[in-house]
Amino acid sequence: MSLSSPFPVHRHDVLILGAGGAGLRAALEIGEAADVAVISKVFPTRSHTGAAQGGVAAAIGNVDEDSWEHHMFDTVKGGDYLGDQDAIEVLCREAPETVYELEHMGVPFSRLEDGRISQRAFGGHSAVRACHAADRTGHVILQTLYEHCLRKKVRFYQEFFVISLIKEDGRIQGLAAWDILKGGIHVFHAKAVLLATGGYGRTYKTTSNALANTGDGMAMAYEAGVPLEDMEFVQFHPTGIYKMGILITEAARGEGGILINRNGERFMERYAPSMKDIAPRDVVSRAIYTEIRNRMGIDGKDYVYLDLRHLGKKKILEKLPEIHSFVQTYLGIDAVREPVPVQPTCHYAMGGIPTDVNGRVVVDDKETLFPGLYAAGECACVSVHGANRLGCNSLLDILVFGKRAGEKIIEEIRGIGVSEPSDKTAQEVRLRVEDLLEGSGNETAVGIRERLQEMMMVRCSVFRNEKLLKEAESELKKLKLRYAAVQIMDHGRICNTDLLEALELGSLLSLAETIVAGALARTESRGSHFREDFPVRDDAGFLKHTLARKGPEGPLVSYKPVRITRYQPMERTY
Amino acid sequence: MERRFRILRFNPLYDVKPHYQEYRIKVQPLWSVLDCLNEIKWKLDGSLSYRRSCTHGVCGSDAMMINGRNRLACQTLVRDLKYTRVIRIEPLKSFPVIKDLYVDTEEFFERNLAVKPWFVNQTPPPERERLQSPKERQKIDGPTKCILCASCTSSCPTFWFDKAYLGPAALLKAHRFIFDSRDEAQAERLAILNDRTGPYKCHTIFNCVETCPKEINVTGAISDLKKKILWSKIRRKEKKTEGG
Repeated sequence: MSLSSPFPVHRHDVLILGAGGAGLRAALEIGEAADVAVISKVFPTRSHTGAAQGGVAAAIGNVDEDSWEHHMFDTVKGGDYLGDQDAIEVLCREAPETVYELEHMGVPFSRLEDGRISQRAFGGHSAVRACHAADRTGHVILQTLYEHCLRKKVRFYQEFFVISLIKEDGRIQGLAAWDILKGGIHVFHAKAVLLATGGYGRTYKTTSNALANTGDGMAMAYEAGVPLEDMEFVQFHPTGIYKMGILITEAARGEGGILINRNGERFMERYAPSMKDIAPRDVVSRAIYTEIRNRMGIDGKDYVYLDLRHLGKKKILEKLPEIHSFVQTYLGIDAVREPVPVQPTCHYAMGGIPTDVNGRVVVDDKETLFPGLYAAGECACVSVHGANRLGCNSLLDILVFGKRAGEKIIEEIRGIGVSEPSDKTAQEVRLRVEDLLEGSGNETAVGIRERLQEMMMVRCSVFRNEKLLKEAESELKKLKLRYAAVQIMDHGRICNTDLLEALELGSLLSLAETIVAGALARTESRGSHFREDFPVRDDAGFLKHTLARKGPEGPLVSYKPVRITRYQPMERTY
Repeated sequence: MERRFRILRFNPLYDVKPHYQEYRIKVQPLWSVLDCLNEIKWKLDGSLSYRRSCTHGVCGSDAMMINGRNRLACQTLVRDLKYTRVIRIEPLKSFPVIKDLYVDTEEFFERNLAVKPWFVNQTPPPERERLQSPKERQKIDGPTKCILCASCTSSCPTFWFDKAYLGPAALLKAHRFIFDSRDEAQAERLAILNDRTGPYKCHTIFNCVETCPKEINVTGAISDLKKKILWSKIRRKEKKTEGG
C-alpha cells in the first residue's frame, strides 16, 4: 500500500481488462517481455469466449480450395462494405497462421480422417472454412489460452470489477477497481491499459450473451472521452432458442440444418436463392422476422423451426453435441426427432472502441491516438466486421488483434516511466460506490434494466424506423433520470453483486444511447441496421463510420471515412 | 405456480454459522433454478449473493447444491427436479463459504496447477497443423469438455476427508494431456500422479460421474490414469530386465 493513498495500490507495466480470448492472447504475447496483469470480473475461464460454438474461420483449405483473398471478399461483402479493408486484409491473411498457432498450443480441434483440422461451412463464407472443435470451439480455445497463461505465470486479479479508467495529463495511467469478494477499492497504475471486455448483449431482452456482457469497457472508454464507432450495428443471430435466446450455432445450418415456417416451407430459398440457410446473419434474421410478420411463424407465433432431423443421429451427436444437449435440457426436445423452435437473439456488437490494426485507440478521422489506451476483441471496432459480422470471424478477430495489440504494447511502453497518478479518480469512484451503498433512492436497478431491455428489443432491434427510434431516445432520457435515483438492497461489501448490477446498468444505459443515436442518424439500411423508412443502402450518403462522442446532452454524432482498398461496393445479394 | 426455496445463507459479518432462509416465488415450469435465484434477488432480497454468468451451462460459475446434489443452477429446470415442494439450495459442499453461495475456489484451482495443466510439446512444430487422427482426438473428447465448475471435486467423499487428494477435476485435467497424442510430457505427468495424492486415492464411488453437468465419465478417466501408471511401470521394469 502506498503511503500517500488510502487505497491499496498495484503497479504493473500493462493492465489488461477482461480475460476472454482477446485479453488472454494479448497477455500471452506480452508474456515475459513486460510486467502484465489481467483483471477480470469473472474467473478467466468463465469469460464469454467460452460460449462460442461454431468455429474459427481461416482459409487453410483442408476441405475446399480456398485463399485469404476469398475470405477477405466474403468478409467485406458480409459487412455490407462498411469494414475497413486494410484491417480485413490483416485479419484474413493472418488467419491461417493463427489457427496453426492454436493447434500448436494444443487446442483439440476436430479432425479429418487424414488427421488434419476439420472444417465446415458457415454463413456468408463461400468456401468451407470454419475450423472447429465439435460445437465448443470457443471453450477449448479459452481453456488453452488460460492454461498457457498459467504456464507463463501471468498475474490475474480475478473477480475485480473495474469502475473507471484513470486519465491524467492526457494519458490513461491506470484504473480504479472494486474487489468483488472482499469489497473495497483498489488502484492500479500502468503504462498501458488494454480493454478486452467484450460485448453488451445484455442491453436487449433476448440475447445469447452472458449476464456479464454489459459492455463495461466500452462505457468506460466513452466516459473517458473516446467516441464509440458504428454502435448502431448490432447483430441478431437468427437461431436463439425460442423465448430464452440461448444460442444455437450457425454450424447447425452449416452442417445442413434448414429453417422452416408454419407450412413446412424452406423459406430462405426465397430470400437468398443461392446461399439459402447459410446466408449471413442479418439476411436470415430479417427473413425470419418477415415470415413472423406475415403470420408464417409456427402456429402464427413469433418463432420458426430449425430442422435438423434429416442430418441423422450420428451426425448430430458427433458434430453438434452441445446443441443437442441444450435443446434437450431447456426445451425437452430431441433434435434428432423434432424440429427446434428458434427466434433471432441479440448476439454481437460490430461497433465499439475505434482502434487501428495494432489495437491502439484512435479518436477521430485523422487517426489521432489516445495515449496509453488500447482495445481488442468485441469491445473494439477495428473495423473488420463492418455492418454485419460473419460467423467464425469473431474468434479470429480476438486472436489476431489480441496478439497484435500485445506486440504493439511491448513496443510502445519502452521508454515510458512508471506513472504515479493522483487519487482523484479513485476518490470519485469511492463517492459513487458509497452513494450506491448508502443512498436512499426509490428506483431499483432491475426495474430500469428490464424496461431498457424490453424497450431496446421493441424499438431498436432488427427493424427500425424514425418513430420507434425517437421514442427510444426520449425513453432513454427518462431511464437515465430514474437511474440517478437508483437504490440497492445490499448494503454490505462482501460479494455484493447487487452493487455490481447497479454499476453495470450505468454501462448499458450509456451504450444504449450511442446505439440509438447512431441508428437515428443513419438514414439508410446497411447490414444489420435496417431502417423501414430508408430501406436501401445509400453509399453516397453513408459509406462512412459513425462516431458517437459523449456530449453534455447525450451522444454527439460525427463520421469518418471507410478505407477501401481492393473491393469497390457492389450490390449485396446471396 | 408457486415454489418455496430454502437457501443456506451466511454473511461473515453477522453470522456465526450458516442458516436457512425461505423465500416463496411464482415460477414458470421452464425456469431454471438460476432464473428463480434471480427472481428472488431482483424482487425480494438483493443481498443474496451467488456467482453466475452464461446462463446456459458453459461457463461453470453457478455450481451449487440443489436438493442435495451438485448441479449448475442455470442448467437445472424447476420442472426437472423430482422433489419441488421446497427446493433446497446450498453452497458447494466442502469448500469454504465466503458469503451465501459464494465459495472460495482458490485452493481448488491451485490444486489443478499440480498436474501442470498446460500442453507441452517442445518439438519444433510443422509449418501447418500437427496431425492427429479422429480416433486419437476422441480419447480426450470427454476431458476437454470440462468447465471447471468444481461439482465433481466437491461431491467426492475422498476429497471431503483428505484435502491433499488432487481430486477428480485435477485428475481429469491431467488425463486431457496424458492421453493427447500430441503432448510430450506424459512421463513427467505420470510421475506426478504416481503419488498418494493421485488417482489411487479414488475409491470409484462415481459421485463425480453422477454430478458432472457435462456428463463426462470422470471416474472412467481416473481409472484410465491408474492403468496408464501401472503399465508405464511394468514397461520400465521390462526394459530394465531386458537391459540386463
